[in-house]
This record gives sequence, structure tokens and C-alpha cells, in this order.
Amino acid sequence: MAGSGNAHLRDPNTVLLRVENLVVEFPVGRSGLKVNAVTNISLDVKEGETLGLVGESGCGKSTTGKAIMQLPAPTGGKVLFDDKDLAALKGEDLRVMRPKLQMIFQDPISSLNPRRKVEDIIAEGLNIWKIGTEAEREAKVNELMDAVGLDPELQRGKRPHQFSGGQCQRISIARAVATDPKLIICDEPVSALDVSVQAQILNLLEEMKVRYGLTLIFIAHDLAVVKNVSDRVVVMYLGKMCEVGQPEQLYANPRHPYTAALLSAIPVPDPSIKPSERMTLGGEIPSPVSPPSGCRFRTRCPRAEAKCAEDEPQVREVAPEQFVACHFPLEPGESLTKSVEAFTA
Amino acid sequence: MSEVHGGTGDNPQQGEALIALRDVTTYFKTPRGLVRAVDGVSFTLDRGKTLGIVGESGCGKSVLSKSVMGLLPKRNVVRGGSITFEGREIGKAGPNELRELWGNQMAMVFQDPMTALNPVMRTGKQITESLRHNLGVTKEFANETALQLLTSVGIPEPERRLRQYPFEMSGGMRQRVMIAIALACGPKLLFADEPTTALDVTVQAQILDLLDAQQAERFMAMILVTHDLGVVAGRADDIMVMYAGQAVEKAPTRTLFAQMRHPYTEALLKSIPKLDQPSHMRLDAISGRPPDLVHPPSGCRFAARCPYAQERCRQEAPPLVVHDTPGHEYACWFPVGTPEGAEALAKNQAAAIAATPAGGH
Repeated sequence: MAGSGNAHLRDPNTVLLRVENLVVEFPVGRSGLKVNAVTNISLDVKEGETLGLVGESGCGKSTTGKAIMQLPAPTGGKVLFDDKDLAALKGEDLRVMRPKLQMIFQDPISSLNPRRKVEDIIAEGLNIWKIGTEAEREAKVNELMDAVGLDPELQRGKRPHQFSGGQCQRISIARAVATDPKLIICDEPVSALDVSVQAQILNLLEEMKVRYGLTLIFIAHDLAVVKNVSDRVVVMYLGKMCEVGQPEQLYANPRHPYTAALLSAIPVPDPSIKPSERMTLGGEIPSPVSPPSGCRFRTRCPRAEAKCAEDEPQVREVAPEQFVACHFPLEPGESLTKSVEAFTA
Repeated sequence: MSEVHGGTGDNPQQGEALIALRDVTTYFKTPRGLVRAVDGVSFTLDRGKTLGIVGESGCGKSVLSKSVMGLLPKRNVVRGGSITFEGREIGKAGPNELRELWGNQMAMVFQDPMTALNPVMRTGKQITESLRHNLGVTKEFANETALQLLTSVGIPEPERRLRQYPFEMSGGMRQRVMIAIALACGPKLLFADEPTTALDVTVQAQILDLLDAQQAERFMAMILVTHDLGVVAGRADDIMVMYAGQAVEKAPTRTLFAQMRHPYTEALLKSIPKLDQPSHMRLDAISGRPPDLVHPPSGCRFAARCPYAQERCRQEAPPLVVHDTPGHEYACWFPVGTPEGAEALAKNQAAAIAATPAGGH
């Protein structure tokens, strides 16, 4: 897996955001070592589209989201948005871009200031950028609270601790939409919520997307959630891309062994499917401080061969609109189970 | 198939059950009033069987398992009902009696492997601690057993791992260590409280497979507490669905999925996004939120969020009883998949359409 390359990128003139060869590294103390959190990720998002970033913890999906926001700026690569390279902007030039890019965080309760009232939290962006008159801002806050399903009359004066997790996430969504952004990065927005509330928030995000003409980057570890919201999905592993494609196609015919393993590991609420018949990936994610050579997935991959340790696979198109970074991708409909048996034998 | 019995019916197999709960209640005293966290739950579980307890946060599933384990503080907790383990009442057990039960008879795997282990004690010591205390074995024998345990839970290089501290291991490794600790003294009943919630999906599958294998090998009963119906679907013999401190539906796993009767169970399953659904499909969310457990509603606790609810549901709480299929209990006046349920749903839908202002859709 775990490849580089830009074969999956589309015409730059048709996309809203284009990220090229993004690299994020963090130093490890004074040891001189570094964590290779994200290595050569490229992606693009068209206006009105939802891009799903999916992978297990440590795969660099959140780091990618934050690097796009320049929180902090990436170590290398380009983030092209609105004809500007955000990674090259500094100070005021970057600040004026901020209202156009917003973020929704994972933990709804800790991402809101506990000492402020809901109306102030939502209006903060409007106040900073002095958008509209005071009366207009108040009307905007009312409209936003109404749009996310909160009662402006009763709830605008309350503070975050008076709300449940799902309601706090609604406040976060209202805050993110307030400055009329073009792109919202949702970093695991429903992972901390119960399933019944999760469904409410996912439905709300779809509504808000249509109502305010938003483009979303949706980061999550849950493949089913990502499929529900996305138009295009990028599967990541240890800071690299595995597979890119339309969700229907990617889920029906995963071509990368990691995608197939990930799909097979999900517990299905159906007792007729015995877990023992599904295939389980052995081992755990290697350390990003010293990632494996070549393909980063090879240490856990049942199909790995000598070539995988030497050459890093490049992203290539294996089917229309489906891209994979693997030397030995699965054929459509081919199951991983056989390879696993051979691998363990 | 193990039998899940109601709290009211006579149970001819009572003598054989490993653990039986009857009308267990756990209330917490708070400044706001009494929080009814667990409010009258009954079940029995046989040796070698798995019971899945499913529900959302705040439904009382974790408090229930802690009540059975005797892990709740004495102060500000009001407990009621009876818990019998191998015919012996343990609901009122004191600290000495509990100490004897923990490890040997029942053990627990906690949700968060990052915080449940002692950070300043080597893992080897954490495993041998209960062996030395409960079984009184020699240090050498305990170390030998710890090595075997770590091997059996699938930890590579167990000798080295025994000398390590928890921070030197990944989440999946720590959860394996926790399972090894729980299994050390050969318990008859294992509580797994959200054992995989903190783990990644590929590791989750490994840990669940491991629990399955160990359970079969040791003929141990297991109570698997989770919020994910998918986790219990293929692994539990019976499932109990909890809502707002009460069991709302209990059935053998296949029966539950084939003919779920309680509207909450149905709603829970419907609200999960599924892999085979197309993208951008609107999910059937459950509107509203669970009731306040200080002042639970007088009727059915799910009534306010239930698409089937009628006037009767708001007045009168339905009892949890066996209806048509043996072993399948549910607490509902208008169950899913029955003529009464269909009628109630149709009535509510008609009322909703009538309530919508003309032209507004």
C-alpha cells in the first residue's frame, strides 16, 4: 500500500481544494528521529462534494485534515485553495483565508468554551470579521440555531455543560457554518456519539450541506459512516494512500488488500454471518517513526512479496475512477481469504 | 442455547444456572435526587454461554455489570434485588467474600486498556498478583503461568513483555494483557465491558476472536457489554437490550434479529449506517434523547421517542414477559411486526400527516 503519486487527481480547474504531496513530520524529542505522520498524500475535492478520509488510528487522517487547515502548517507539499497555496501563506494573508475553511472536531464538549454562552460561541466568527450589523448577526445566530435543531429562544443563553454531546455537536456545526465557509473539515464528528444520535448528526450534516452549499472533508474510522456521507473515499494506512474511489465501487470491489481487510473486520449486525468465516488481519500498525520500506502495509499484507519491500507502489487507475497503490491488487470479486490461507500455511 | 428467563416466572433449571439476577436495582443518591441507573433487571446465564447486553450510553449496562461484580462504592448507592452465583447470594457480599470471588469465580475486562492497568507495575507482576493471592502458588509457578497466559492471548515475545510496563505496549497489546489478567485464575464468568470500543476495527476483530476462543476452551460464561449490535450479532447466544435502566427485550440472538419486537431494538438497528446501503441515504435517526433517570416517565420509558407510542404507553409501563416464542421476552404494548403494532404505527403516521400544515412538506 501505501503509495504515493498523483494519478487520481482531477483537472485543477474543476476542483475547490487540491493537496499535492503533503508531508507532515514531527520531531521525537531531541533524538533526531521523526514521526512520519503523513508522507506524500495527494487529494482533491470538487465543490459540493464530500471526500471521506478513512483509516485506523495513526494512519494520518486527522493530521492531514489539520495540515490542510494549517494547524500546524505541513512540513512539505502544497495545499491549493482558491488559487492560493495555503502552505506558503503567512500572517494576515493566511488569516483572511480562515473564514472560508472551518473545522468540526471529534469531542463536541471539549471543543466548546465552557464559560461562554451558546450565542457567543456561534457568533464569534461573525464578530471577529464584523460581518453585518449587530441586529443582522443576532438574526444569523437565530437562523443557524434553528437550522441545526436548537431552539434559539430557550437555548441561546445556555452554556455548553447544559447540553448533551449530540447537542454540543450541533452547536459546533452552527459555529462552523456561521462565517459562510466554502470547505468544512469534519474530524471524526460522530465518533463520540451514540448510534441513535450519530444518525441525527449525519442527517443534519447532509441537510446543512445542501442548505449552505458546503463542501466537506469527512474524516472517520468507521467505513459505514464514511460510505453514508461520501462521494469519494480515500483509504489511508500509516501516512500513505491505499485506495481512492467512489464509495459504491470501492466497497463492492475493494482492490487494495488493506481495504478488503478493513471491510471484512467490521462487525455486521447479522447473526447469520459467523465472525470466524471472515478474515482477520494479524499484527498491528508498525511505528511511524521507522515505517517499513517500500509498501508500508507489507508487514501485515497476506499478498506481500519481495518486490513490496523494495519498491513503493504508485497510485494507478485499475478501473474507471478507482485508483490503488499496490503491486498486487485484488481482482474484482476476488476474496482475500485464499491468500490468507496461503500466507499462514 | 441458554435460557433467558424473566424475573417473574418459575425457573425449573435454577439449580443449573451459573448466575441469576432477579429484579436487580441500583440507584445513586445525588443532589438532584435518586438516579435510577438500573431499575429491575433479571436474567440467568448458564455455563459456557454468552449473554450480550446492548444499549446506548446511560442505559445502565455498565452499572449493571459493576453491580454484579460488587465494584460500586457503598456510599450513596442503593442496591436491591438478588444476585445468585452458583446458588449463592452475592448481592450483599462483603469485601472479604468479594475478594474470594474476584479472579477465581468472576473476572472483568474493562473498556479502556490505557487506564485499567497499573502504569507503575510491570505487566508480569500484574498478572501474577492474583495467582499468588488467590491460588497461593509459588513465585516460579506463577511466572510460568503468566508466560503461558501471554502466549495463549497471542502476545509475541512473552518473556520480554512480562518485564515491560503498560506504556511500552500498544492498545491492542494492553487489552490482551488485561484479558490474560482476567483469565489468570480460571474464572467461571467473564465480564467484558465494551472490550473493543477503544480499539481499531482490525484489532477489534482479533480481540473478539481471542475472547471467543478462550471462552470455548475454558467453558466459561461471558457477559459481553457493548453499544454495537454488530459486535454481539455473531458471538452472543442471547441478547438483552437495555434502555433507560431497564431491559426492554431479551431473546436468543437469531430470534432477536429475525423477529425483533421492541420498537427501540428496531430503531437502534435502523439507525446504524450499513455497508450495503447506498451513499447519502437518509438514516432513520431516533429523535429526542433518553429520559432523565431521576424522574423517569410513569409509562413506557421509550414512549416519548417511539413511533408506535399510543396513549396507553404513556400511562402504563409494559411488563417484560414472554409472548409467542419461548425465551423471547419484550416489554411493549404495541410490538413491531404484530397487528397491534402495525395499527398503532399507522395511526401515528396518519396523525403526523394531519398535523403537518397544508402545503408544507
